[in-house]
Amino acid sequence: MIAMLMDTLIALIVLLGALFALAAAIGLNRLPDVYSRMHAASKAGTVGSALMLLAVGLHAGDLATLARALAGFFFFVLTAPVSAHLLAMAARRAGYPLASQSVVDEIKNPPESI
Amino acid sequence: MILSAALWLALVILGLAFLLTVWRVVRGPTLPDRVVALDMLVGIVIGFIALIAIRTGFTLYIDIAISLGLVGFLATVAFARFILSSSGEEEEAPTTHPPIIPPTVRQTPLQERRKPARRDKGDGGAAARRRKPR
Repeated sequence: MIAMLMDTLIALIVLLGALFALAAAIGLNRLPDVYSRMHAASKAGTVGSALMLLAVGLHAGDLATLARALAGFFFFVLTAPVSAHLLAMAARRAGYPLASQSVVDEIKNPPESI
Repeated sequence: MILSAALWLALVILGLAFLLTVWRVVRGPTLPDRVVALDMLVGIVIGFIALIAIRTGFTLYIDIAISLGLVGFLATVAFARFILSSSGEEEEAPTTHPPIIPPTVRQTPLQERRKPARRDKGDGGAAARRRKPR
């Protein structure tokens, strides 16, 4: 019974992760410019792969494996924002333009409250 | 039973996501687009590795996935530095290029002078070495 429940939980996590990856890929193709594509790739894509790693750790049923899977999970979740921010900063400084429908550009026009 | 069906479905979904991301790499109008899509590809491949780890039961695949994630992170950071530096070179092109040109102009006559001398010495030395054993 518990094994059945565990299998169902792992199946749900795997499917959720795959759907997150699919949403990220669709967003990567549908969004208008680099900066908005970065949202899809670095948030949904990272959560997708991290959920699947978590599923591996739960499936093994071993504490050492679960610890390694959790280490990988936190590694991905912590490094994705860093790399996305670095890439966005580099692209913005290199002068790649925003999409025409973007509303605010706080690097070009810094907010007055700061 | 449920797990194997879910794994199969997840593999199909991931394959679809992989193809969509490859399409963005191919079509992406700018370099940052391609870098973002490559970062995403690394994430999808990590997902594939995790699915195969569940299917086969080899937990060693987790280490491979972690190291692949590290490589992907470093590659993205290196690409960001590359985008930054390549744009900087284009802007500062008139100031940086003049000091680079004179050494190349200087080097070409020196190399032309040196090459015949080296060839003479080299041929002589090689000929001498060849003659010695005989």
